[in-house]
Amino acid sequence: MSIAGNDKRALPWALVTPALAWTCAFFVLPFIAMGVSSLTAHEGGGFTTANYSQFFTDPSYWRAMVNSLEVTAIVTVISILLAYPFAWILAEMVPERWQRLALMLAVLPFWTSYVVRSYSWLLVLAQNGVINRTLTGIGLIGEPLQLANTRFATVTGFVHFFVMLLTLTIFANLKQLSPSYRKAAADLGAGPVRTFVHVVLPLTLPGIMVGAFLTFVLCIGDYITPQILGGNNELVMPQLVMMQIGRRGDFPLASALAIILMAVVTIAYLACARWLKIERA
Amino acid sequence: MTINACNPLSTLKSHLSAACAAATLLLAAGGAQAADLNALIWCDHSDPALLEPFEKANNVKVNVKEFEGTGAGLAIVEQSQPGDWDVMVIDSIDVPRGVEKGLFEPLPEDKLPFSDLFPEVKMDKSTIVDGKRYGITEKFGYNTIGFNKTKVDPADMQSLASLTSDKYKGKVAIYDYYLPVIGMAALAIGKKTADLTEADLPALKAELLKMKANAKLVGEVTASQTALATGEVDILVGGGEWVTAGLAKENPALDFSIPKEGAVLWSQSLAMFKDSKNKDMALKFIQYILSPEGQARLATSSCYWGMPSNTKATLTDEQKKILRFDEQPGFLARAQAYPAPNADLDKKMQDMWTEMLQAQ
Repeated sequence: MSIAGNDKRALPWALVTPALAWTCAFFVLPFIAMGVSSLTAHEGGGFTTANYSQFFTDPSYWRAMVNSLEVTAIVTVISILLAYPFAWILAEMVPERWQRLALMLAVLPFWTSYVVRSYSWLLVLAQNGVINRTLTGIGLIGEPLQLANTRFATVTGFVHFFVMLLTLTIFANLKQLSPSYRKAAADLGAGPVRTFVHVVLPLTLPGIMVGAFLTFVLCIGDYITPQILGGNNELVMPQLVMMQIGRRGDFPLASALAIILMAVVTIAYLACARWLKIERA
Repeated sequence: MTINACNPLSTLKSHLSAACAAATLLLAAGGAQAADLNALIWCDHSDPALLEPFEKANNVKVNVKEFEGTGAGLAIVEQSQPGDWDVMVIDSIDVPRGVEKGLFEPLPEDKLPFSDLFPEVKMDKSTIVDGKRYGITEKFGYNTIGFNKTKVDPADMQSLASLTSDKYKGKVAIYDYYLPVIGMAALAIGKKTADLTEADLPALKAELLKMKANAKLVGEVTASQTALATGEVDILVGGGEWVTAGLAKENPALDFSIPKEGAVLWSQSLAMFKDSKNKDMALKFIQYILSPEGQARLATSSCYWGMPSNTKATLTDEQKKILRFDEQPGFLARAQAYPAPNADLDKKMQDMWTEMLQAQ
């Protein structure tokens, strides 16, 4: 009996051990190593907080965080504004039998390489790209606009990617929504707009927030899109981290910058935490 | 209640045993590759047209790992086990950094074609440490002005002042590598690259900011090449034959100049690791790369072209014309080496570069 009891206690541990081991090996231990590294001097080793103070005292480093937050906020807001109506149309106006195909078409760009997609945008936005040729061709502008190698280009590349992600999370939330809520609102005299503002929107906030949080995390940590589309005309945090590694092999400073970036993501998580619960409140 | 025959812990244990056995096999397989040559290289060395003749002739597999920048290369070495790597490509001026770390093996001068090299690119001040030679220059070129001669006045490209003139505002890209471009800024303000000190930083920063104000983008190799090739910009600060020569067939309008103020000489060397387990093969590889045939293949590598350091490289006349082979004595006479700052000045230069990138 006691052996069976031990087995009962052992089973959950046995099941959870691989996940725990994975998390320890590939998150906890590297994170501790990164923390230790961030407090080590690049030249000669030894304890130092200089890597953190460099970030807080050097305006060009601090500026990278401001750029990251600005770009991420713009991308998240634009992506939500575009994704919500798109998800709404998919969930409410597209016949059920076409929804799967429509969703598949919506996520089609996910199937292409992220790098290739970014370079494709570069060609679209370039001085001789599709947009500038069209605008100059129809006589709307005399000289090509500088679209590539700007923050606009970075935001465009990001939005293209994250609209798809947000569409999926909002669509899933809309589909879970029972029609009874809307019927009840209508019975109580609410019009479509009032029903949307006071019933549908609050109930789909978890979908929006999950998508927004994922957008925030992926966007603020992305190196490729700003590197390819931004033209290095302003640096964001991941570029600054890469510079420390690629140019100087300065892992301590890169670790400190990465931990600061992670702290920002943690703050974002705490801000969204009430909407990020798995179970519905 | 009986003890279940499928006790999950027993199952886990047996799976772990199987995983351990598989890992042992993998490690054994890894050990069997010890005879291969492991090379830390720049992208020009990964061209199959360069490696395959050596592999066939010596019945060896060359495993390559690409990196950009000495810092990144040395970081890879630091994270490796002694003996993991046999040879390394490194900026000639950075050879002493590897020697200081105790990484490199002295090269046998009598077994390498030193007498055939362009004398100006032997870089003895960097490649010889304490009387021993640790690196041999294999390829060189210039960080100077790359341009599209159909879009700009080639006469303007004879002066670095054009890079900051209003005439070319928004038509310029800057190569995103701080040392050569800081070297060009030094030449523009009349300083020698070898004499730069911390006191020069404010003037250098002002010059860099003027360049940035004129620039449309600051890009690494691919981005800056693409920008010049697609017409996004007409001038590349820091460009040279490494950008224009490889694109000469597709875009013959691309060219480079060595302005009156001079240009910055880039030079890459090969070094052998002290802990290499395959030193004989490593030396054969260096000998092959420095041979006339190897030099021609390296000079015209698909990743980027550059001047071979061996004057006897078997380049075709067309290739020599594209590389402006016959003009080299004049170019070399006006070129200055990369700035070679100490660790402290290097960090300050990089911070200055970061400030330039962030400047609006």
